[in-house]
Amino acid sequence: MKQFSTWQVLKNGFINQKGWKRQWEDAAPKKNYDIIIVGGGLHGLATAYYLAKNFKLKNIAVLEKNWIGGGNAGRNTTIIRSNYMLKGNREFYEHSLKLWENLSHELNYNVMFSQRSHVSLYHSPSAIDNASRRYNIMLNTGSDAELWSLKTLKKKIPHLNYSDDSRFPIYGALVQKRAGTARHDAVAWGYARAANNLGVDIIQNCEVNGVITKNNNIVSLNTSKGNIQGGKVGFAVAGHSSILWQMANLGNLPIESHKLQAFVTEPIKPLLDQVVVFSVGGAHFYISQSDKGGLVFGGDIDWYKSYAQKGNLPIVQDVAECAISVLPCISRLKLLRHWSGVVDMSMDGSFFICKTPLNNLYLNAGWNYGGFKASPASGWYFADLIANDRPNRVIQNHNLKRFEKGYQIDERGAGPDPKLHG
Amino acid sequence: MIIIKCPFCGSRGHNEFKYGGDGSIKYPDLHDPITDWHDAVFQRKNIAGIQTETWQHIHGCRMWLLVDRDTLTHKIISVRPANPNIINILEKNS
Ligand SMILES: Cc1cc2nc3c(=O)[nH]c(=O)nc-3n(C[C@H](O)[C@H](O)[C@H](O)COP(=O)(O)OP(=O)(O)OC[C@H]3O[C@@H](n4cnc5c(N)ncnc54)[C@H](O)[C@@H]3O)c2cc1C
Ligand SMILES: [Zn+2]
Repeated sequence: MKQFSTWQVLKNGFINQKGWKRQWEDAAPKKNYDIIIVGGGLHGLATAYYLAKNFKLKNIAVLEKNWIGGGNAGRNTTIIRSNYMLKGNREFYEHSLKLWENLSHELNYNVMFSQRSHVSLYHSPSAIDNASRRYNIMLNTGSDAELWSLKTLKKKIPHLNYSDDSRFPIYGALVQKRAGTARHDAVAWGYARAANNLGVDIIQNCEVNGVITKNNNIVSLNTSKGNIQGGKVGFAVAGHSSILWQMANLGNLPIESHKLQAFVTEPIKPLLDQVVVFSVGGAHFYISQSDKGGLVFGGDIDWYKSYAQKGNLPIVQDVAECAISVLPCISRLKLLRHWSGVVDMSMDGSFFICKTPLNNLYLNAGWNYGGFKASPASGWYFADLIANDRPNRVIQNHNLKRFEKGYQIDERGAGPDPKLHG
Repeated sequence: MIIIKCPFCGSRGHNEFKYGGDGSIKYPDLHDPITDWHDAVFQRKNIAGIQTETWQHIHGCRMWLLVDRDTLTHKIISVRPANPNIINILEKNS
């Protein structure tokens, strides 16, 4: 693999950009792998990379039914933050944010991580209490957080709707300055390139459609490219987790697949330097501006279960109303594109990185619509689980047994109704 | 928009309804083992295809309905009152 560097950029300037090579090889599957990861999204690719990097393991394949990064990896609004509160989540997302901070160097690939601040507006006096509690927990557990008064907020982001008659008046904000956005496609390609460089086979257009088991072990996977044997198997298929789970005859999962839409406007000159979230005590809406100038935003899920990657109009209206109520100045912008992805909503809003009833199968699922920020840590801890066959302390409660034990990890306190978590 | 044909009000857009969820869940008796409750509350089939689900016509008759819907295409296959006896009850009282 050719290292990217300033020198390479300069050199290619002189040779008509002819010196660039394919960044990773599209492999044909071998008959047998020590470790197979199903799902070529960010979590699958990151897992393969850390298995090879942190544990020096070889003979690893990632099987992707379409092309890598074509699932939720390439559909999200790219918000990265670590303002989670509950034990386990707190350490996990903080570790993820730390990995993001060095990811471009780690992968030798510019993932365009931009720590532009995550500004979570609050809209009621009780939301201030809520924000303060989160702020204190974050500060006391090695993270960064700031509470911005209305005065500070007005100075930093002057064009929000501060009028007295706004539907949800703004009282201030909880800010995480190390939070921000990254370029999602670059993350997928960067992990793929770095994993491939360490010997991982990335196999596209390879759909798993059958799981062959014997005595509580997976023997092999039937795929659209033939039967492939695996020593250990990890599922990292996000919205399609239940389908793979049932292929392995494992019954039901505490997960429902829903769909979430996202939107981008026509590009405009710099307007918004931060990620702004219209949230606590108000509606649900998040917005940032991409480097190309488009405003990227989203809101709630569509409220009914779905595996169709297509959104519905009531949410378009809902999200547009939110947009205009916090940022009235964008009311005449045109939408350029809007799309949707199938998200794996779990029963308490938290993820699963855990062992399964089959000895050599491991599960990575339940990311709701917050799994982009989690990608590096998800790969890190999933690789650790697969390599060592035991969960790390940080994720030891992120398993399928937690509901039996009454140990829900429910950040929002919304209860066992997947569509209410976010 | 998904058009749901409410047996009481006629065809309406899905934004008049509240989504309940998986309509095939049978809640156990109060005294049944805790594992049955665990499964009913937390475990889901999460069907990719036609599933029976509950919707409530909150901006209409407020009735709960059982809807067979394809989760891959959003196509509605059938709609019926959640209480199969409700038509009889209503007719008796009218
Ligand atoms: C609209 C939207 C906005 C979002 N915004 C944010 C955000 O701002 N911040 C944030 O942190 N998170 C966000 N998320 C969530 C985040 O994108 C996901 O949680 C995360 O991408 C999931 O992990 P992944 O990348 O591995 O999933 P995916 O990219 O979906 O990867 C799963 C892969 O598995 C493959 N697969 C499925 N079945 C099979 C099979 N049978 N055989 C082989 N391969 C298979 C799929 O093709 C897919 O490529 C958002 C999600 C959506 C949809
Ligand atoms: Zn009705």
